Amino acid sequence: MARHAVILFFSTNYAIWASDELKRAGIPFKMIPVPRHLSSDCGACLRVEKADTGRVEALLKAQSIDYDRCEDLPASQ
Amino acid sequence: MNESAGGRLIIYFDNAATSFPKPPGVIDAVVHFMTSAGGNPGRSGHPLSVAAGEIVFAARKAVARLFGVANPMHVIFTANATTALNLAIQGITRQGDHVITTSMEHNSVIRPLVEMERQGRIILSIVPCSPEGIIDMRALEKTVMAETRVMVVNHASNVAGTVQPLVEIGAFCRKRGIILIADCAQSAGIIDISVEEECVDLLAFSGHKGLYGPTGTGGLVIAENFDASRLSPLIFGGTGSFSDKPVQPPFLPDRFESGTLNAAGISGLGAGISYLLDAYPGGLKGVRVHKERLVNCFHEKAARDLKGYIACVPAPQVKTGVVSFNLRMRSPSEVARILAGEYGIMSRAGLHCAPLAHRTMSTFPHGTVRFGFGIFNTEEEIGIAVSALKAIEERND
Ligand SMILES: Cc1ncc(COP(=O)(O)O)c(C=O)c1O
Repeated sequence: MARHAVILFFSTNYAIWASDELKRAGIPFKMIPVPRHLSSDCGACLRVEKADTGRVEALLKAQSIDYDRCEDLPASQ
Repeated sequence: MNESAGGRLIIYFDNAATSFPKPPGVIDAVVHFMTSAGGNPGRSGHPLSVAAGEIVFAARKAVARLFGVANPMHVIFTANATTALNLAIQGITRQGDHVITTSMEHNSVIRPLVEMERQGRIILSIVPCSPEGIIDMRALEKTVMAETRVMVVNHASNVAGTVQPLVEIGAFCRKRGIILIADCAQSAGIIDISVEEECVDLLAFSGHKGLYGPTGTGGLVIAENFDASRLSPLIFGGTGSFSDKPVQPPFLPDRFESGTLNAAGISGLGAGISYLLDAYPGGLKGVRVHKERLVNCFHEKAARDLKGYIACVPAPQVKTGVVSFNLRMRSPSEVARILAGEYGIMSRAGLHCAPLAHRTMSTFPHGTVRFGFGIFNTEEEIGIAVSALKAIEERND
């Protein structure tokens, strides 16, 4: 079972906006370079707890922060 | 009073061109960027790029807050107000559009519009304004045609210091489906502006004047209810996003921010806005009160002590700390030259990139001497300047 998931964005501008909102909402995350096996042009993505993905996606939608997709991160990463 | 590089005392009254000095926090922010966060924002996933991106984002949020916009992605950073105005004007007009502007515009508006008219792309109308620079709403009404699609208006005059009734103009345009572009180069950081309440669609600002950021900063704010796909980019190129595609990304702000941003300058701009909103006593209202006090002080002293003093606009109508005047028998360029050379007082003489405005105020072709007061100017400095003007007036060379 994956412990983490990553949120991918179309542009770093949105990744940074999202990180700002997650910080304010007190949801733990880490901004990391996009893992090799995932393709995204945007250099940075947000790693969050798998258990938090529901509220993270709800928050992004509520704030109209466009994102590409949410993917499970294999346990080794 | 400031000390120049040569150790001489100077009085800086050219804040309408660019503000000086900058608040210490602005300088600290630029130094911090250059020493600790200097990556390319939005290009990479490494910590220095992300740190740069976070600083630019904080500045974006500060601009959004200043103009009452919730979505920070609707703030587009440009090199100055001129670039933002060109993006708005050239990016929104379509072949055959009728465009309305006013007789108080800066060349950064008039020149792109006249060039587009010359190329046969638009039909241009210029609405007259009063000698104080206030738009004639009845003339505006008569200028509207079926093809009218865009209006461009200078919110605060860089020559007269007076302010257009933007709410009224905004409501007028909204009612008729006319896109409103506001040039807020001289009003940002002084007048409260809400893009939504004023019904502005595209708002251009300078970062280096009333917002106290470094030179090379400015931007365009796109109203949240404005469909940004109607605006074409002026510059195409790398954005750090969408790189697998040969076309410009569709989303904001990337669509309009090709090329590396002036992130060091933008970090200073963010600090300048925070200083005005959070640290300056009274915020923007405090800025207005201070500037009105300086304008009144100057007008009173000048009218009392100078025999040949000609004020262009009565003091109560000056809202942004900009005063234009002349001394009878002395050309404005001569006055400014002596003020700078002999007294260390920096002002600006001539037409101030706004020949139409000077025609409106009947000060074309010689123009005026302009003092643009800033938040760091004092009544003491004004006293010194009026004494200098008196001495200039009394010399017989
Ligand atoms: C009314 C007005 N519009 C536009 C500009 C252009 O600003 P910038 O120098 O940031 O391009 C100025 C500044 O000179 C101005 O006073």
